[in-house]
Amino acid sequence: MSTGGSLERERRQAYLLVAPAVLVLAGVALYPILAAIWLSLHRFILVFGERRFTGLDNYAFLLSDARFWAALGNTAYFTAVAVTVELLLAVPLALLLNRAFPGRGLLRASVLVPWAIPTVVSARLWAWMFNPEYGLINRLLPGNDINWLGAPGYALHAAILVDVWKTTPFVALLVLAGLQGISEDLYKAARVDGASAWRAFRSITLPLLKPALLLAVLFRSLDAFRVFDAIYVLTEGGPANTTETLSIYAYKTLMRSGDFGYGSALSVATFLCVVVLAAVWLKLLGREEGAR
Amino acid sequence: MKRPGLGTALAVVAFLTFFLGPFGWQVLTSLWPDGELTRPWPSHLTLENYASVLWGRPFLRVVLNSLLVAALTTVFCLSMGAAAAFALAKLEFRGRGLLLSAALAVSMFPPIATVSPLYLILRAVGLRDSLVGLALPYATFALPLTLWVLTSFFRQLPDELYRAARVDGCTPFQAFRRVLLPLAAPGLATTAILVFIFAWNEFLYALTFLSTPEKRTVPVAISLFASEYREPWGEIAAASVVATLPLVVLTVLFQRRIVSGLTAGAVKE
Repeated sequence: MSTGGSLERERRQAYLLVAPAVLVLAGVALYPILAAIWLSLHRFILVFGERRFTGLDNYAFLLSDARFWAALGNTAYFTAVAVTVELLLAVPLALLLNRAFPGRGLLRASVLVPWAIPTVVSARLWAWMFNPEYGLINRLLPGNDINWLGAPGYALHAAILVDVWKTTPFVALLVLAGLQGISEDLYKAARVDGASAWRAFRSITLPLLKPALLLAVLFRSLDAFRVFDAIYVLTEGGPANTTETLSIYAYKTLMRSGDFGYGSALSVATFLCVVVLAAVWLKLLGREEGAR
Repeated sequence: MKRPGLGTALAVVAFLTFFLGPFGWQVLTSLWPDGELTRPWPSHLTLENYASVLWGRPFLRVVLNSLLVAALTTVFCLSMGAAAAFALAKLEFRGRGLLLSAALAVSMFPPIATVSPLYLILRAVGLRDSLVGLALPYATFALPLTLWVLTSFFRQLPDELYRAARVDGCTPFQAFRRVLLPLAAPGLATTAILVFIFAWNEFLYALTFLSTPEKRTVPVAISLFASEYREPWGEIAAASVVATLPLVVLTVLFQRRIVSGLTAGAVKE
């Protein structure tokens, strides 16, 4: 039925249909990224109206900026620990959700509750539980008066806990989708062969789950790397900058100091880190797909 | 269905406590009389905190702002996203793969990377500190999500439907509007829920682009909910419950849809 003319018409209409979405994406995503790179090559202080081209000066300063390296370290630590803990909790949760038992629907709906709560609200909720005087956590740990959010060393881990609480359900859902793709026959065969449950998990579940796990790690680590909301509300980067991540440092430079040049350089650096991280994970993921 | 073993039951209780406990504690805090928070347990429960949040502060206004921005973002993303997703799923044209990968790449941008130019653009066109101006940048993250989820929904509809409509004399656009769009209604509903939740929860852009207190959205208002001398924990808890309850209800009701949408957007392909 498709004559040359109708194919041509189909193509034309296809372009018309995608055009608005493409234009919006170009306007609110692509252009701002390019503009941020351009801004980062300037000395640009908004309130003074000062703006002049300075080339790579901002980046030279960035490389010698101890606060930048500390923020990068905090961000990397936050991402690595949060994603690891989330995976370690999500796999057993997904295995549980994949099993038939009364009340499974209820559990499935309940674990989505933290996911649906705005991050800012969950950070406030945890800030209240971390309250050193009468927060729930110190109430449950008698004789304890740790200032969870005020003590360096504790605060970043408190933020990680908030992230784990909020996003483990999402990771579990991705893992669950992977689990549901594994044929029941494999487990039956393993049982016939006399394999233990642990053996079946190690030899069947884990290898077949690997692509889903890698995908979850990809999504979560990119997401954790740009963490802002939770930490901003919990500590604003304190105490003594020990919870300052790249996004927080960039935000403070942009919106509090009004330094759009260096702030843009910091946000471009964050963007580049995310690109590198994505490239590494996509390469691993691609190798995994290729191996199958 | 097998009877659950003790291990299963314990695991269920542990996960439920971990995921629901903090929210339950928040609800209890919101009903805790002001001035009694230092006690181990409230002497009675009260709705005072709700009254002072809803009537003593411009919080209802803030909720309305959030509703408006979230609804605007949803309509905006669905109207553009549905057309594009249909074309991506059913029509032949060059650059399909590129467009989907580009959308995925955009959704992975750190929002902070686009804040400075967006701030300057919105300021230049007079849309800074406006709710309409806020809905536009939300498309950066909501539109890619829309494209992925809806493309996967349109792909699940049989190609024969599209071809039959074409044979009957529909143009591709008519086939989309009359035949495929109505059939994609469940997909549209799922996407609408996801985009709405996303826009309701967004914080960084709302914090950066809005400056007038009356224009704040719920997350911004809650983050700035401090008085000079002490944190009004009871009121914060009440505001949080008001801001969260609709989402919790939505999530529990549409749990299946949300899960299928999230995994369709993330896992397939």
